[in-house]
Amino acid sequence: MEKENPPLPPLQSVTLRINGKEQRLELAPWTSLLDALREHLHLTGTKKGCDHGQCGACTVLIDGKRINSCLTLAMMQEDKEITTIEGLAKDGELHPVQQAFIDHDAFQCGYCTPGQICSVIGLVNEGKAKTLADIRDLMSGNVCRCGAYVNIVKVVQEALERSEAK
Amino acid sequence: MRPFTYTRATDVNSAVQEITRHEKAKFVAGGTNLLDLMKIDVMAPQHLVDITRIALKTIEETADGGLRLGALVTNNDTAYHEQVEKRYPLLSHAILAGATGQLRNMATDGGNLLQRTRCYYFYDTQTPCNKREPGSGCSAIKGYNRDLAILGTSEHCIATHPSDMCVALAALEASINVTGPNGDRVIPIADFHRLPGDTPHIDTNLQEDEIITSIDLPAKGFAEHYTYLKLRDRASYAFAIISVAAALDMDGDTIKEARIALGGVAHKPWRKPAAEAMLQGQQATRENFQKVAEAYLEGAKGYGDNDFKIELAKRAIVRALEQAFNKEGAA
Ligand SMILES: Cc1cc2nc3c(=O)[nH]c(=O)nc-3n(C[C@H](O)[C@H](O)[C@H](O)COP(=O)(O)OP(=O)(O)OC[C@H]3O[C@@H](n4cnc5c(N)ncnc54)[C@H](O)[C@@H]3O)c2cc1C
Ligand code: SF4
Ligand code: FES
Ligand code: FES
Repeated sequence: MEKENPPLPPLQSVTLRINGKEQRLELAPWTSLLDALREHLHLTGTKKGCDHGQCGACTVLIDGKRINSCLTLAMMQEDKEITTIEGLAKDGELHPVQQAFIDHDAFQCGYCTPGQICSVIGLVNEGKAKTLADIRDLMSGNVCRCGAYVNIVKVVQEALERSEAK
Repeated sequence: MRPFTYTRATDVNSAVQEITRHEKAKFVAGGTNLLDLMKIDVMAPQHLVDITRIALKTIEETADGGLRLGALVTNNDTAYHEQVEKRYPLLSHAILAGATGQLRNMATDGGNLLQRTRCYYFYDTQTPCNKREPGSGCSAIKGYNRDLAILGTSEHCIATHPSDMCVALAALEASINVTGPNGDRVIPIADFHRLPGDTPHIDTNLQEDEIITSIDLPAKGFAEHYTYLKLRDRASYAFAIISVAAALDMDGDTIKEARIALGGVAHKPWRKPAAEAMLQGQQATRENFQKVAEAYLEGAKGYGDNDFKIELAKRAIVRALEQAFNKEGAA
């Protein structure tokens, strides 16, 4: 016989700062940041692929660093600066990395693309990719099932050149 | 995920209080292993204590000339830290050989020590597994065991510890600083992880109510002659089939001291100081390296699919020592 489930723990309130805007939410503590973004805030640009840290589709930036939003709890990210794909374009202009994905034809279905873009921005911030081999290694957390890798690498090269020129 | 309650600890003492106060509680740091396992019901704590706000996020010199890594420093921040890159490149390379850029930005040094095995049956709640469910049996010994252990196994479990970072820590003889209800203690890395024996469900000698506060690296970093060799099924983003952290202290062509730690072969990073000592005062030749490799794998036992790992480990040791001698770093 099935045991009766104990009552659920209460929702907890949390204030998330997403793309520069504070959002107050009442969440179950087990809500991942990814689910908070997609299901509660309807910011569906961030994608769910594997939900286990293996594909990179859910990549967002926390205080400028790329992470997998599926493996962190929304509660854990209170007071942090969260940037999603929706927060990258400024005043109607695409972020240069977004534009570069179009220029280099670096996607097909587009499902992995928001995560790829956030990951490229994070990689440039880290400042550790020097060679082609570095780029491939440091982007290995973003899987592309359409196999757009060749052109994604071109985007990364362009982004790295742009950051060096600055 | 099963429902749980959540609180935050602001300092080490409140973290210990919180973990003792709640039943079936766990700390959460990067979350990359714990939340992953909770999603598939392999781990089911009823309470999480978020320790990410505790001020254990710095890397500092120790009084004896070593380096202290705060338990909550991320794996990337550790690997890319100027002092770690310069003085402990072995550790830097080992960390960067693991996981991905995103995961290493989340994963903490404390959490990395406590990551659980990647044995497929441990992950599959439909199959028996002594580590997940004590007494249920081990599916791997007579099952598919290509990736599993060849040294220090027991009839109850043949799982491996999957960490890359810990293999380097073993070679560097790091020590782990922890705090519990009864105060502080220091656990040498060699005593931190356990062999499975008849209690495979207990991975480490850390108690449930203890928190890791930092990891100390001794002054000697082997920054000249070192290698982290990781053999895996693809070039990036895969766990090690075999890994070797090799470090040499040379006096001309003569070896003063050798350190060898193996990953992917046992329930803990594998060291055999008696075998390392065979290289002391010897020349860095392939013959000498082969002798040590033989000694390291003495008593190794395959379980069918993983038989090849015995020979592979020997060759990996020789190659890693040659690379270390030739200053070829990580490859
Ligand atoms: C897809 C994928 C690929 C990976 N590939 C690799 C790889 O190739 N090589 C590799 O080495 N690793 C790899 N990892 C594992 C990764 O390195 C670990 O998940 C990570 O290091 C765990 O750290 P964390 O801070 O996220 O721990 P958490 O998940 O937060 O915690 C893990 C455990 O440690 C406990 N804990 C955490 N901090 C403390 C503390 N300070 N004191 C006491 N207890 C604590 C928690 O209670 C929990 O039980 C991979 C992970 C994923 C998801
Ligand atoms: S090897 Fe260990 S972890 Fe794997 S099934 Fe056997 S008991 Fe479980
Ligand atoms: S959805 Fe987070 S990594 Fe795949
Ligand atoms: S563009 Fe389709 S998965 Fe990458």
